[in-house]
Amino acid sequence: MTSSAQANVSSPVRAEKPQRKQMSDMTIRNLFIAPTLLLLIAMNVFPLFYSLYLSFTNYSAIARKAPVWVGIENYVNILTDPQMWQYFNTTGKYTLLTVSLQVVLGFALAMLVKEKFAGSGIVTTLILIPMMLSPVVVGLFWKYMYNPSWGYLNWLMGFTNPSVAPDWLASSWARKSVPGLALFAVVFVDVWMWTPFVMLLVLSGLKAIPDYLYEAAAIDRASSWFQFWRITVPQVAPLLMIAILFRTIEALKSFDLVMGMTGGGPGDQTEVIAVNLYRKAFLGQWQTGEASALAYIVLIIIIAISNLYVRYLNRLREG
Amino acid sequence: MANFYETGPAKPVTESVRVDKVTPGARARHNIRAAAVILFAIIGLIPIFIMVVTAFKTRADVVAVPPKVLFQPTLEGFVFLLTERVVLPPAALAEKKQSLEQLDWMERVAMASGQTITGPSDYVRRLWNSVIIAGISTLISVFLGLLAAYAFSRFPIAGKDDLLFFILSTRMLPAVVVTIPLFLMYRQFGLHDTHLGMILLYTAFNLSLAVWLLKGFIDEIPKEYEEAALVDGYSRMQAFRKIVIPQAATGIAATTVFSVIFAWNEYAFALMLTSEEARTAPPSIATMLGRGGIEWSAIAAGSLGFLIPVVIVTFILRKYLLRGVTFGAIRQ
Repeated sequence: MTSSAQANVSSPVRAEKPQRKQMSDMTIRNLFIAPTLLLLIAMNVFPLFYSLYLSFTNYSAIARKAPVWVGIENYVNILTDPQMWQYFNTTGKYTLLTVSLQVVLGFALAMLVKEKFAGSGIVTTLILIPMMLSPVVVGLFWKYMYNPSWGYLNWLMGFTNPSVAPDWLASSWARKSVPGLALFAVVFVDVWMWTPFVMLLVLSGLKAIPDYLYEAAAIDRASSWFQFWRITVPQVAPLLMIAILFRTIEALKSFDLVMGMTGGGPGDQTEVIAVNLYRKAFLGQWQTGEASALAYIVLIIIIAISNLYVRYLNRLREG
Repeated sequence: MANFYETGPAKPVTESVRVDKVTPGARARHNIRAAAVILFAIIGLIPIFIMVVTAFKTRADVVAVPPKVLFQPTLEGFVFLLTERVVLPPAALAEKKQSLEQLDWMERVAMASGQTITGPSDYVRRLWNSVIIAGISTLISVFLGLLAAYAFSRFPIAGKDDLLFFILSTRMLPAVVVTIPLFLMYRQFGLHDTHLGMILLYTAFNLSLAVWLLKGFIDEIPKEYEEAALVDGYSRMQAFRKIVIPQAATGIAATTVFSVIFAWNEYAFALMLTSEEARTAPPSIATMLGRGGIEWSAIAAGSLGFLIPVVIVTFILRKYLLRGVTFGAIRQ
C-alpha cells in the first residue's frame, strides 16, 4: 500500500486545489470506522448487557420501583413452567416444518429454473415477489384468504359450503376442532413467502457448478440419480446450509407473520416464543425482568444453533 | 449456427447445445421444465393477484360469498385507506348528490357508500413517517456503511474478522431481545416514539448489512486504481471520493434497496417503540383491523401500495439481489 507520505513527495502534478494538510491513512481509517462501531455499541451491545442485567431482576417497566436483584429466579420460573415448554415446542415444530418444506420446495424449484428458457429471468424475479412483502401485511392479507366464508382459499379448493369447510385459523374443520390446523396454516404462509429465498440461494449454488463435472459423468454413463447425489448435492451443500441457517434463525424469532395472522390463537395453539415474549414484555403483564430472561434463553438457543451450523459448514468447505 | 459468423448471435442462447441435449427427448424435457416453472410461478402469484383484485373491490364485493371474480372495479379501498369518513344521513346525502359535479373524485367514491370525507386518515401521517424514517435511516446507514466498508477493505485493522463478525451478528439478534432495553433506554432519553429514535434504530440495524454488502463490492475494485491516483497526487480522501465511490455505484444502489426494504417493512420495533407520533405504516395497517369492521379492501390497497415500489426496484436490481440476501457472502 502506498503511504500518503510518499504521495506527497511525488510532485502533485494533477492536484487541482492547493495542497491541504492531508490526513494520514490511520486517521482516515479510524474516522471511517468509529461512527459505525459507536452506533452499533450504543444500539446493540449496550442493550444486550442491560437486558442481561434486567433478566436477573424483578423489574417491571411500568412500576415506579427500582429493579431488585432476584438471582436466577426468572430463569427457573421459565424453565419449570410447562406452558413455556409448550411454546418452545410450538416454535420448534414451526421451525422444523417451515425450514424443511422450504428446503425441499426451494431446491426443486431451483433445479427447475436452473436451465434458462425464454423469459426465465422475468419468471424467476416474479417468483421472488412474496419475500419482498412486509411479513405483517402478508399475515393480515392471508387472514382474509383463509376466511371460511368469503376467503379465496376454500373457494379455490372447492369448499362451497362454509359449514363443512375448514376454518383454518380457528383450527376447526366442519365445526369440529382439529388442533394444529392453525399452526399448519401459518406454516403454509411462511413457506409460500420464503421458499423463493431458499430457491435463490440454491440457484446461485447450482449455477456455480462447472459443466465439465456433469459432462464427465455423462461420458461415464452415470445415471442422473447418481449425478444428482454425487455432484449436485455436495456442490450446493454450502449455500444450502447458509439458506438453512438464515431460515432457521428467522423461524426461531418469527413474530410479524404469526402476529398478523393469529396473534397466537386460537387459544395458544400458535403462540410461538417471540409472540409470548411480546405479550410478557408489553401487553398487560409488563414483566420486564422475566421477559428479558426469556429473550436471553432465545438468544442462547439461536447462538448455539448458529454455531452448530457454522461448524458443519466449515467442515463441508474443507472436506 | 451456419451463418453465425455473418450475423452474430441473433438472440441469446437459451438452451443447451450439448450433443446429448439436443435430442427430441431432451428438448421435450426442456419444454416441460419451462412449463413447470411457469406453473409454479402462477400458483405462487395467485395470492398477489388476489391482493391486487381485492384492492379494487367495494366493501360489499370483498365479503361476497362465494368470492366474486367479475366485479365493478372501484378505488374505494384506496380512498378508505387515506381518509376519515362519516356516514351521511339520507337527507344530507340526497342534497349532496345535487352538487355531484363540484366534488372531487375522492368525495364521489366515498359517496357511493353513503359517506363523506372529513379529513385525511392517520394512515397518511404514518405513511409519511415511514417515508421519513426509512429514507433518512437508509441514507445514513449507506453513508456510514460505505466509510466503514472502505476502511475494512483497504486498511489493516487489528482483529478485523472478529469485528466484521460482530457487526454481522448484531443483525441476527431477535428484535425482541434488544427491544426491552431499548424501550427503557429510549424512555430515559426521551427518544420513545420519536422520529430520531426510529431513525437511529433502523440505521444501526441496516448498518451491519451495509458494511458487509459494500465491503464485498469494494473488495472487487482493484486497489491499483487508487494507488495510481495516489501516485498522481490525489489525497486518500480524493481517491475515495473520485474513484472508489463511482466504482461502487451498483453496490451502493443494491445496499440502498435492501436497507429501504428492511426499514419500510419493519414491524416489530415499530410496534413496540412507537405509539402515536412516529408510528410507521406497517403496525398501523395492522390496527386498521380494529375500527368499525374489517376493511379488507383498504388493507389490500395498503399492502399493494406498499408492495409496488419494492417490486419495481427489485426488477431493476435483480442481478444484485443475491448479494443482498447473503450479506455479500457470495461473489457473482
